Parts: sequence; structure tokens; C-alpha cells
Amino acid sequence: MFERGHSVRILISNSSGVPIYEQIAAQIAESIAKGLLKEGDALPSIRQLAKDLRVSVITTTRAYNELENKGLVTAMQGKGYFVSASDSNAIKAEYLKRIKGHLQEAVKDAKTVGINGAELQNLLKILIERESIDD
Amino acid sequence: MTDILNVAGLTKCFDGFTLNNISFRLQPGYIMGLVGPNGSGKTTTIKLIMNMMKKDKGAININGYDSVKGEVEAKELIGYASDECMFVDDWKTDDVKKTLALYYKKFDETQFERYIDDFDLPRGRKIKDFSKGMKTKLMLAAALSHDTKLLLLDEPTSGLDPVIRTELLDILQEYIVRGNRSVLFSTHITTDLEKVADYITFINDGKLIFSMDKDSVLETYSVVKGSPESFNSVKEILIGCRTNRMGFEGLVLSENAAKLPRDVVCEKATLDDIIVYHRLGIRPWAL
Repeated sequence: MFERGHSVRILISNSSGVPIYEQIAAQIAESIAKGLLKEGDALPSIRQLAKDLRVSVITTTRAYNELENKGLVTAMQGKGYFVSASDSNAIKAEYLKRIKGHLQEAVKDAKTVGINGAELQNLLKILIERESIDD
Repeated sequence: MTDILNVAGLTKCFDGFTLNNISFRLQPGYIMGLVGPNGSGKTTTIKLIMNMMKKDKGAININGYDSVKGEVEAKELIGYASDECMFVDDWKTDDVKKTLALYYKKFDETQFERYIDDFDLPRGRKIKDFSKGMKTKLMLAAALSHDTKLLLLDEPTSGLDPVIRTELLDILQEYIVRGNRSVLFSTHITTDLEKVADYITFINDGKLIFSMDKDSVLETYSVVKGSPESFNSVKEILIGCRTNRMGFEGLVLSENAAKLPRDVVCEKATLDDIIVYHRLGIRPWAL
């Protein structure tokens, strides 16, 4: 028998500037997106997770609430939190938001040093090609 | 749900100092840090909870028991340790065990022995020959070895090295892991609190500044820095500040940060910042 929520791996950075509850939520969301956590899997209890990560109970509660609001996990009264029926749209939407953020940064940087739209698109094309070769 | 600890309107007057109308509550399953500069009333608050001195006004309730009328029941539920050793100098750990077993109905001798081992405390030595850290660990072993609902620790980390302090944080988190017990501890080492505390209660000069969850505390306040020239435009919203020839650094409510002039830097506040600037207050510009 494995311990509850055994496949959850979370690393917290205290210097990243990202709030800890967001780091926890993002890493669990990533595990779900990658399929490491599957529908119906139990997450570690809020209190056990707080102890393991050495953060406050309120922080882990907030992380789980955020995941619940995004529809990624479901709270079951008295039993804890479980990965929701895999709503691939919710996960995709979450990733789309992140990708948009990265691209926005890239556009901003390009503008700063005078790289035009065509050049940027070309750069993206090259990167996509390179990635598909690696696959 | 019954609060593990409910302090309401707590007041105690001394010559030259008043602990004034302190109220806060602690629900089961959480760790609360009690912070404030030296002499702000932290130890007084803890001693009043323990009914070790008489309060002038207010009420303290421990898991449903009044701290005065239900003192015996309340104290069974509290594991207390302070930075002053409360055991007799000539005792050894075995004497402490025997005494506590007489005093507490639910004293767990096996658990006490386990902590003596875990903390590497010498069984053959008298307490007067213990180091400060060893005395603190002995107090903790005692506090953790009877069936309690509230751990009440007055500066438990002050005499301890970083290794033991980290162990202590683990012990505190383990203590609350089932969700039916709570911890209140006062400390100056705010980095410990920034890790594990759920709530922060801040007392300054006998008055309650706030009692709220830690994330909200850190979001409520911001640190600002600026040149001497921009000081006047910021003065009004500063809670406290430090000044020198290069400029000023101070604390503001984050909601006021929008009013800041552009050349003033605004960043996250730490618990230390919040405590220090509340204590310093606003002093005239010293150039």
C-alpha cells in the first residue's frame, strides 16, 4: 500500500518571489497535466502537506482552494481532496494563460531592442521546428 | 467549534506599563506566533493565560475552561514552557519525571523518556549544570509529555541552535497535524514564524496591533524607501521609519502604496520590518 498522495512531488523556492500557495497549486496542476496524478487520486491531506513542506496550514489550504476553484480537484467532506474527472479543457485553459504570459514577455523584450514582428515570428518558427526534431 | 484559546479584553496594570484590552482567538489545528519588541507584554499575556498572575480585567478561556475558575482543568490541557527553567536546580531528569507524574493526571512517562533521548539530555547531570539550550529542551520535553490541547511556549527558540530550532518546528507541526490541537508561541526569531505560523498576533507597548493570518499580515504592509527630498510627501502615510543622509526607509499600509511618488521604491515587508517600524514610529528628520 502506498501512502495517500504518494506521487505528489513539490519543491518550494523561498526566493522566487512567487507566493508559496501559488507554487504549490501550480506544481500540483502540472502533475495533473502530465498525468502523474490521475482522476480520483487522493492528494495529501492539507495538514500533512503543510508539515512535509514546512509551510503553514493556511498556505496549503489556500493552494487547494485555488485548485478547487479551477476545477482541478474536488473536496469530499471528511475524506480530503481528490483529482477531478479530467477536464482537459480546464487544464488547457490554465496552460494557455501561462503561454500567453510567456509570449507577452517575449513581445515586450523584442520591442525593447527593436526586433520586429516578422523576425519574432521567424524566431518562434525556428524554435518550434527545433522542438519537433528533438521529439 | 470551541476555540482552543479565547482571550477577551485582557487588561493588566503595572506601575509604568499596562497590558491594555487584548483580545484574540485561536481555533483548533493552527500555530499562532505572538510577536512584539521586548517589554511589549508577550510574557505577561502568556503568564495571564497560565494564571500565574492575576488579571485586572477581561476573560481567558482554554478549550471551554475559564483560566481562573477552571484553572485545574485548563492547566491539564496546556503544555507550557518558558525561557526560564522552572525546575529545581538539584534535580535530575528522573526527578522531573516523577514530579510531573504526580502533578498531571495524564503524564506519559514513556514519551518523556523518548524526548530526553531525542534531545540528548544527560540523565546523570543536575539541572543546574545544564546549558541554556538543554534547560529549554527539558522544559519542552515536559510540556509535550502530557495529554494537552494547547502548547504555550514563551520564547522557546531563543536559546536553541538552528538545528534544534528546525527540529522544534517539526515537533510543532506534528503537534497540530490531526487538527484538534493548537500552538501559541512567542518569539523574536521571526524567520521561524514566517515558515510555519498560520496566525500572527502582534502586541506593541501593551496594545494589540493585529491578530490575523500570516499571509494577510505580509500583504497588509509594505516597506518604502526614498530620498530625503521625497520624505515630506510620504510622511503622512508612514507608520514608522528610519532616516539617514541617504534617505529614509519606512513602513506603510500596502493600500496606501498607490499614493507614493514615483521615485519612492516600494517592496514587500517582512515580519521584522513590521515589528521594528511599529516600535520606531515617526521621528523628526535627523540630518
